[in-house]
Amino acid sequence: MSVLLDRRRFLGSAATAAAFLSIPRLVRADQAMGFDEARHLLSRTSFGPVPQDVQTLSSLDYGAAVDRLLANPRRVALTPAPGWVNEGLKHVREEQREAVEKLQAARAEKKPPTGIVRPIEEQGRELRNWWVEEMLVTDQPFVERMTLFWHNHFTSSLQKVRFAPALYFQNALFRREALGNFATLLKAVARDPAMLIYLDGVRSVARQPNENFGRELLELFTLGEGHYSEADIKAAARAFTGWSIDPNSGAFADHVQQHDGGEKTFLGQTGRFGGDDIIAILLRNPHTAETIVRKLWLEFVSLKPDPEEVKRLAAVFRTGGYEIKPLMRAMLMSPAFRDPANRGGLIKSPVDLIVGSVRVLGLPVPEKTGLVRMMQGLGQVPFDPPNVKGWAGGESWISTYTLLLRQQFLRRMVEATTVSSMDGGMMMNAGAGRPNRRADRKQPAPGDPAMVQQAEQKPIEGRSLRSAGSEAKLGPVLAGIDQQMLLRTLLPRAPIDGVDVTSSPGTVVASAMFDSAYQLK
Amino acid sequence: MDRRNFLLGASALSVALASRTAFADPSTPPRVLLLVELKGGNDGLNTLIPYGDPKYRELRPAIGVPREKVIQLDEKVGLNQKLEPLMESWKARDLAIVQGVGYPYPNRSHFRSIEIWDTASASSQTLSVGWVAQAFKGATLTKGAGVDSIVIDTNALPVTGPELRTIVMQDAENFLRAAQSVKDTSGMQDGGNPALRHLLDVRHEVNAAASSLRAKLHDSAAPAYAYQDPAFGRQLDLATRILMARVPVVAIKVALNGFDTHANQVPTQERLLGILASDLAVLRKNLIAADLWKNVTVLTYSEFGRRARQNASGGTDHGTAAPHLVMGGGVRGGLHGVYPSLGDLQDGDMRYSVDFRTVFSTMAQGCWGLRNDFGVRQPQRLELFS
Repeated sequence: MSVLLDRRRFLGSAATAAAFLSIPRLVRADQAMGFDEARHLLSRTSFGPVPQDVQTLSSLDYGAAVDRLLANPRRVALTPAPGWVNEGLKHVREEQREAVEKLQAARAEKKPPTGIVRPIEEQGRELRNWWVEEMLVTDQPFVERMTLFWHNHFTSSLQKVRFAPALYFQNALFRREALGNFATLLKAVARDPAMLIYLDGVRSVARQPNENFGRELLELFTLGEGHYSEADIKAAARAFTGWSIDPNSGAFADHVQQHDGGEKTFLGQTGRFGGDDIIAILLRNPHTAETIVRKLWLEFVSLKPDPEEVKRLAAVFRTGGYEIKPLMRAMLMSPAFRDPANRGGLIKSPVDLIVGSVRVLGLPVPEKTGLVRMMQGLGQVPFDPPNVKGWAGGESWISTYTLLLRQQFLRRMVEATTVSSMDGGMMMNAGAGRPNRRADRKQPAPGDPAMVQQAEQKPIEGRSLRSAGSEAKLGPVLAGIDQQMLLRTLLPRAPIDGVDVTSSPGTVVASAMFDSAYQLK
Repeated sequence: MDRRNFLLGASALSVALASRTAFADPSTPPRVLLLVELKGGNDGLNTLIPYGDPKYRELRPAIGVPREKVIQLDEKVGLNQKLEPLMESWKARDLAIVQGVGYPYPNRSHFRSIEIWDTASASSQTLSVGWVAQAFKGATLTKGAGVDSIVIDTNALPVTGPELRTIVMQDAENFLRAAQSVKDTSGMQDGGNPALRHLLDVRHEVNAAASSLRAKLHDSAAPAYAYQDPAFGRQLDLATRILMARVPVVAIKVALNGFDTHANQVPTQERLLGILASDLAVLRKNLIAADLWKNVTVLTYSEFGRRARQNASGGTDHGTAAPHLVMGGGVRGGLHGVYPSLGDLQDGDMRYSVDFRTVFSTMAQGCWGLRNDFGVRQPQRLELFS
């Protein structure tokens, strides 16, 4: 991993240099946005952020920096896809059945179920780890932030879909259109196999349409509550009948004989509508753009959307043919986004907190399962939103429970003295046998001899910051930076509990990360 | 919110007066309300089954519960056989089943409908304070405790509001250990930043709650009978410990997930009803053994029931009214309210016969001696407490 991290930074700095060369001397010194605004921009559009990136951006003009952020969005992940993504639905289900039978047989014979892997659970685990890996190594964290946004908008969960290849391709779609076009995205989502399974489209037939997708399409994906009637939901459900999946491959299949070709009245219009007609009507309705803009505002700007600004940006979005890039440009350029009063005005999501902290500390994490388990404890497992509305976010990220858990995880990261403690440790001890804590196959249970062995492992990295007097313990990302600058990088505002900047750099980093202001971005 | 407060101004005053006397009256000891949210919308028709109604078979040819599998309570309705563990409570007459609980102009969105329930609002009204917190507006709470309600789940809305100090936790030991490192935030300024304000408030709650719980839970005994389900049972186990430690809370909330049965409903719902019934039966035994059963009232609720007619996927879509359970040593057992008629459906859904706010109102009176009709103009009387 440390090799990978180095490679990433190497690639990153090469790209940075190239970008500088392409805009030589266009920027006058007085247009440089400065460190704090650069930090703000990156805190909302990347994970971390790491000091080098802030430094690089701070000498640019703000508009130029935003343009650079949007210039050439990565449309395909850097991390190679897991090996099983082309396996078919029938195949995976058969393998699963076989594995379950073997497990039952082993249990009946009281033999340890060694080497029996249930593919659905195992692929799910690998898929979550794959995305976390991508968030850690990507050269374009903004694309991952947008991909996560679309995942939280057009939710689907592994728990219901139980077919990881479909969620992999759905994630690829969100990345491809992360900064692409919302209309394209919406049309693709309506045919997306993971979505068709998640919201029961696969079961929706002319004889008896299933309303699940139709309802959420109107309530959550486009218009929003209060802008449609129950009759509109029923009409939409009928229009989408027949869009299903092939039972063998799991790919999209249009079963025309199952489609209700009759006349429907939807939002005041009547016709023999199919799915794309419904989507076209929804895209003509101004509430759709407002729903998306309001959600983006809550994700990127502040906890309190300004209704006038939402209307203005929604108009930009709709009249621009739902291109996402110009919308994001307008939002990042908006006075509200740039208002210093909004700095530190958002709460970091669990993914933000975990991925960002690992990046900032430059922690080597060869196995991502431990990180995913932390996200799970804090209430945000990638590919497993709690329900179709997604993660509520905002203030709800912090409850009495999750605040304490966040502190615990940060302490573990800061005091990570071994690689093994990063991978399991606390959550495993605390969470064994707990609700919602799926035991991980690769993590031995407490009391298991393997666990004792792991706990006794010798420190490999020796990176604890608690007694860090030496800069070497800060790792490559933070080493050599003075205490004031470390504090300005780590916190969006003045510390709440106070950080002594005359103490060692390691201690400053530790106190800054334990300060409540570190929960903000 | 303001308009509502204005309209309710007069009744709020009477609440304040009523509560002071009720809480001071030793003959009606306050009861702890244990809320059990059935998440996803439990299908009431297959929970309390109108087995005598031929329309039931007609609407549910594939997923209807066969007559011989129904535990008959009277000549019309009976329980799903998975609820058999609750029969002891039924026979002891401390299990009440309120039929047809719902509200006018039902909303069929999970999120909106549970918000309506949690805040006891009208269908057209959006409130942000939970109904339990509303009930305590102006009332005097026991001093000296750092916490008024404990949520062993993720959704704390029913007990969210300035009146109640609520904490959300999954596990008491971890909560207490972790709380030790959080400094108190008294006197800290938020500089007008709502995200920071929230953080500081949560920190303060953690501190206050931890110091109260630490002392109380320290010497308390373990429940006599073990819970069965690893998730739901664990929540009830913690609830039992809190009750046995006599932490002076007014409400505890737990939840059981997975009732959104759009497809292949029967095995899923049966499994969940089985979990619900067996662990609630264990709860009852534990609280009787600890001599606390008379001080606790259990109430189940769910965002909605499900459509009367089954769908083509062997499941049911979002519906309206449904029956709910009320259990406790002070509860008047039996059937309450009227089962909605299957011959008089509205858009394929049952018409409610009991407004859920009437149930809440009855709970507020029966558990805490507080009067609040939650804006229902002509509240019915429910005799849920003996």
